[in-house]
Amino acid sequence: MNALQPAGSGAQFHSIDGVYNFAYLDEQTKRMIRRALLKAVAIPGYQVPFGGREMPVAYGWGTGGMQVTASILGLDDVLKVIDQGADDTTNAVSIRRFFNRTAGVPVTEATTEATVIQTRHRIPEKTLREDQIIVYQVPMPEPLRKLEPRETETRKMHAFAEYGLMQVKLYEDISRYGEITTTYDYPVEVNARYMMAPSPIPKFDNPKMHAMPALQLFGAGREKRIYAIPPYTKVRSLDFNDYPFEPQQFDAPCALCDAKGVFLDEVILDDKGDHMFVCSDSDHCRDRRAEGHMGPRAREAAEKGYGADQ
Amino acid sequence: MSDVPLLEAEGVSHTYAGGQVGCADVGFSLYPGEVLGIVGESGSGKSTLLSCLSGALPPSRGRVRFAVRGQGMQDVFQLSEPDRRLLMRTDWGIVHQNPRDGLRMSVSAGGNVGERLMAVGARHYGDIRSEALDWLGRVEIDEERVDHLPRTFSGGMQQRTQIARILVSQPRLVFMDEPTGGLDVSVQARLLDLLRGLVRDLGVAAVVVTHDLAVVRLLSDRLMVMRQGRVVESGLTDQVLDDPQHPYSQLLVSSVLQA
Repeated sequence: MNALQPAGSGAQFHSIDGVYNFAYLDEQTKRMIRRALLKAVAIPGYQVPFGGREMPVAYGWGTGGMQVTASILGLDDVLKVIDQGADDTTNAVSIRRFFNRTAGVPVTEATTEATVIQTRHRIPEKTLREDQIIVYQVPMPEPLRKLEPRETETRKMHAFAEYGLMQVKLYEDISRYGEITTTYDYPVEVNARYMMAPSPIPKFDNPKMHAMPALQLFGAGREKRIYAIPPYTKVRSLDFNDYPFEPQQFDAPCALCDAKGVFLDEVILDDKGDHMFVCSDSDHCRDRRAEGHMGPRAREAAEKGYGADQ
Repeated sequence: MSDVPLLEAEGVSHTYAGGQVGCADVGFSLYPGEVLGIVGESGSGKSTLLSCLSGALPPSRGRVRFAVRGQGMQDVFQLSEPDRRLLMRTDWGIVHQNPRDGLRMSVSAGGNVGERLMAVGARHYGDIRSEALDWLGRVEIDEERVDHLPRTFSGGMQQRTQIARILVSQPRLVFMDEPTGGLDVSVQARLLDLLRGLVRDLGVAAVVVTHDLAVVRLLSDRLMVMRQGRVVESGLTDQVLDDPQHPYSQLLVSSVLQA
């Protein structure tokens, strides 16, 4: 493996596993995607079309994010992949193993150690740094699609910044339910210009996108679009003056690590309705427990002599 | 009425790619607050003309000019596309024959009416909603129906919702394509009554295209009779309908059953 040249130096064949090119995609494809990425960074929030390739997983399993990750990975990168905040779910494990095999890069579950984080549905709780890149898997890049089915029309709406229609969606929420009930993929305005779908992250994570020190890249494989938010860019969640944007709030802390102000998942414990709320970010929760924090369930388990995870 | 026209058409002609003549050499001036009726049998070029006038279809020859606020008379097809689209959703309105073309069927009545307000930057939910309620009231739609989807409405209610959705931005010019098409007679009468009241109260200018002479009798000040893409006769509505000069106009007027 040490006979390799760095990736991207030309259209030669660099292989880690002797079968596929470095990071699976061929060099020409990676160049094409990098050009799309440069354009995306130059126009924050603008959806750049790219020649999406077939990946060895089904659409909807992160093909867009994987292509972006494959194009930016270098030999000295450390990769973390999360799915719904967790590092140990099927999608995350498969993608991590895929890049470990085809690019030979070290993988990690620790947010602080990673240089590239590919994510589905969450932004890690720990604040990301300038030397990190977060890659989002995006199923539907067009925030206006459900309201306006014509692609020709939505492109014009973006070009002319005609975004009144998005407000209609929020209006409908309030008129039906008395509040904005959009809880994930909550539309944002990037750099005071483009309307953007933040991918299906909970709206809890929206404020983290604003002025984030890390570069944020978005890849939609089926729709073949790439977009980006450069570091320290203004990101505003849409709202009404009398119904301001509000992220989700949780009454109780994490049952295992006692963390407050984090996004929690509900875990069903038995068929009698017993349940607990735990950190969705599994790395964050593990770190806190290692530091000695204990939530009510963890304490209860410790008193009974079980491990905290049972 | 002011003496500066709001909309001016000069020699507007459209020939389709196959060589069929849509409309030929149509010219008129429309003044603020005035209602112009265009009648003719089906295939006479009424709808083609309306598309040309409303900025949807660039005419092959001739020009359409509109008195844009603060800019004087501007050729509608020379405006930049964003400017033209802005015009279409603020100062203009188009009432479609089929309300499905003019409404968002999966958005509540209130959302439909509020859309134009939000499109020009309204961001206060309470204000948008009270405005929508006010306009739905003016077109006689019950307050309780504000959150219902238009697909649960009757044809007449859909048509009235469509009208409220347009009038909410206080347009200066409204295009109507067979506004009463597909409605039964009693609903037609109510809708016309309502339209007449609104047009008179708000001083909106309108171009009404229809094959129904009763509609223009009730709504329009002036009338143009079209046949095979050309205007064969024009004048004051009562004058044309009561004393038609052109053989075709005479035929058209005499074809109406006298109740």
